[in-house]
Amino acid sequence: MYTQGLDQAGKSGTARSAEETPERLEAFQARIDAEEKIEAKDWMPEAYRRTLVRQISQHAHSEIIGMQPEGNWLTRAPTLKRKAILLAKVQDEAGHGLYLYGAAETLGVSRDRMVADLLSGKAKYSSIFNYPTLTWADIGAIGWLVDGAAIMNQIPLCRCSYGPYSRAMIRICKEESFHQRQGYEIMLTLCRGTGEQKAMAQDALNRFWWPSLMMFGPSDATSTHSAQSMQWKIKRFSNDELRRKFIDVTVPQAEFLGLTVPDDKLHFNRATGHYEHSDIDWQEFYEVISGNGPCNRQRMAKRRKAHDDGAWVRAAAQAHAAKQAARAAA
Amino acid sequence: MKQEWPLYEVFIRTKSGLSHRHAGSVHAADDEMALTNARDTYTRRSEGVSIWVVRSDRIVASDPAETAAFFGPAEDKIYRHPTFYDIPDEVENL
Repeated sequence: MYTQGLDQAGKSGTARSAEETPERLEAFQARIDAEEKIEAKDWMPEAYRRTLVRQISQHAHSEIIGMQPEGNWLTRAPTLKRKAILLAKVQDEAGHGLYLYGAAETLGVSRDRMVADLLSGKAKYSSIFNYPTLTWADIGAIGWLVDGAAIMNQIPLCRCSYGPYSRAMIRICKEESFHQRQGYEIMLTLCRGTGEQKAMAQDALNRFWWPSLMMFGPSDATSTHSAQSMQWKIKRFSNDELRRKFIDVTVPQAEFLGLTVPDDKLHFNRATGHYEHSDIDWQEFYEVISGNGPCNRQRMAKRRKAHDDGAWVRAAAQAHAAKQAARAAA
Repeated sequence: MKQEWPLYEVFIRTKSGLSHRHAGSVHAADDEMALTNARDTYTRRSEGVSIWVVRSDRIVASDPAETAAFFGPAEDKIYRHPTFYDIPDEVENL
């Protein structure tokens, strides 16, 4: 998902500090098992803290980088209404990034540290934002599929054991529904339009379908961090479970649009009540996550430039605040 | 000039008659910017009629590790609750 890099990046870190006695770890797990929320200043194992910092900051970075593919269409939205909607959506993504940075900071990591890790390329963000938005229909496909997949993953995160993350996710989920519906409505409008418009919608689905499925991260067989995260109730469902749920709800939505999901092996299995699909091209996923997707370099260059271009504004605001404070004190 | 802008905690009153409630945090260079950043971050859908912001480093908080000892004195004073008192059922309006 937005934190899929977790499943392969970084060492699992089993080193424990001296204060992590078996009794304390057991008491901590007992709180989790009793569905108690862990709050910022509560005692927690270092690995729990580290996992959360990594997951929440990756999630935040994804929201921030996620503004770019859609921002690409802000000046070219087909109508003023669509433009206003898209602007509101992109602002929401920035807001989501900020809620999440705030939640991560409660764990003792500074905003500057997280931003520096994103800009240096040390921190990951979701693979999905490294795909280009070539046509207006891509904006529809992103809202419908990418935000749809995000919702599928984020609803269980509202019940995450870490209080500040769970509260940020509740806030985000309330806003995501608008994102998904506006995306589907764009697709619907195109599909009810001219043949050319419908073909554009089909093309967007063709390009975004597989990358959207990859958002859920590697299959359970190869996902290394899942078991511990499940035990800590940071994660509630496995990657494959969430992916299957997403496919099950999305295929009928595509059918309603009169579009074809680009998978010739896709079929409904009456025995299981789920759709069966072709194998996912994991080679592509690992290429994109390791920096070789269609737009990785462009996304990072743009983020670094925005950060550098904003440096004087940050400095000026700080100088102004210092001057005002000095005057008030005099 | 390299240091991070200070962190502020944000409290929002969702409508008149309700208390302010913690919403999250923002960074800002000064108090005024903290208010507008809080507005833009936490009330994009009219979630508030009033915002408080306070520098996070000015908040004094109880220590979770001391929770038991700190709140302990109230634990054994069950006579502070109305259910402590046995009143016959026939007595009404009490």
